[in-house]
Amino acid sequence: MQREPIETQDHGAASAGEKYRQSHTPGETGIWVFIMGDMMVFALFFLVFVFYRAENTALFQASQATLNTHYGTFNTLLLLTSSWFVVMATNGVRKNLRRQAATLYGLAFLCGAGFSLIKVVEYREKIQAGFGLTTNDFYMYYYIFTGLHFVHVIIGMAVLVALIHKSLSGLREPGDLALIEGGASYWHMVDVLWIILFPLLYLMK
Amino acid sequence: MNDLIRHYTTGVWLLLAALTASLWWLGGGSATSGVYATVSLMVIAFFKVRLVGIHFMELRWAPLPLRLAFEAWTLVTCLLVLAVYWAGQT
Repeated sequence: MQREPIETQDHGAASAGEKYRQSHTPGETGIWVFIMGDMMVFALFFLVFVFYRAENTALFQASQATLNTHYGTFNTLLLLTSSWFVVMATNGVRKNLRRQAATLYGLAFLCGAGFSLIKVVEYREKIQAGFGLTTNDFYMYYYIFTGLHFVHVIIGMAVLVALIHKSLSGLREPGDLALIEGGASYWHMVDVLWIILFPLLYLMK
Repeated sequence: MNDLIRHYTTGVWLLLAALTASLWWLGGGSATSGVYATVSLMVIAFFKVRLVGIHFMELRWAPLPLRLAFEAWTLVTCLLVLAVYWAGQT
């Protein structure tokens, strides 16, 4: 088994404080089967969207022009920031900084709530402007893909609540760290999917 | 808290935010032609995915098969999306 360096108290500096551990799966194997499976499904969604966009580029471009790019950009930044909070929180759990870790998971949750709020406002604006699921192919894909992603965000926020609770109680059982890492990995996947959905739906020319 | 912020992943987060700003600029229409702008957009977006996977999801410490699976997903999905997009342009 290969051994690789990890950061400990000194945050990655190659110093005496650096420890070595065996190559490490972040979370249970099962969560990674789920994550990779989910990513495969979304990869198919991306391809379906690009294929049908090529069939009717003018319609897709005209519909895309009705979207608010600022909402999409801000939501991307919110999810990236939430992921960063989750990284710091998970490092905090490893160092037994329970309250700090819980606070950081809480901040990630707030970013998720902000994303959700903007998404609801955006949906409301679009529906009020007369753009619904059946308006055209672009809007059908827009609502299905962003809707499915939104479901992932809501589940992810529930996972973050569980991580707040878990981080406060500390690492008691041998599997606790894997549970926390698995939850964190799921939240990062939510971020990954949006990173591609954003340019695909809002920006592509 | 400072201890947790002074970690190299803070730099990764700043890079991801800067790349997001570049996407916003490229998608705003002030850049080059549509095809080149789209290719740039998607390459930058998939590069962001790789940054999140390797540094935030900690796949750089993961067993090689898991890391390779993620890297393969990123590369193959990016190439397929660009290929289908390119085919639609011709």
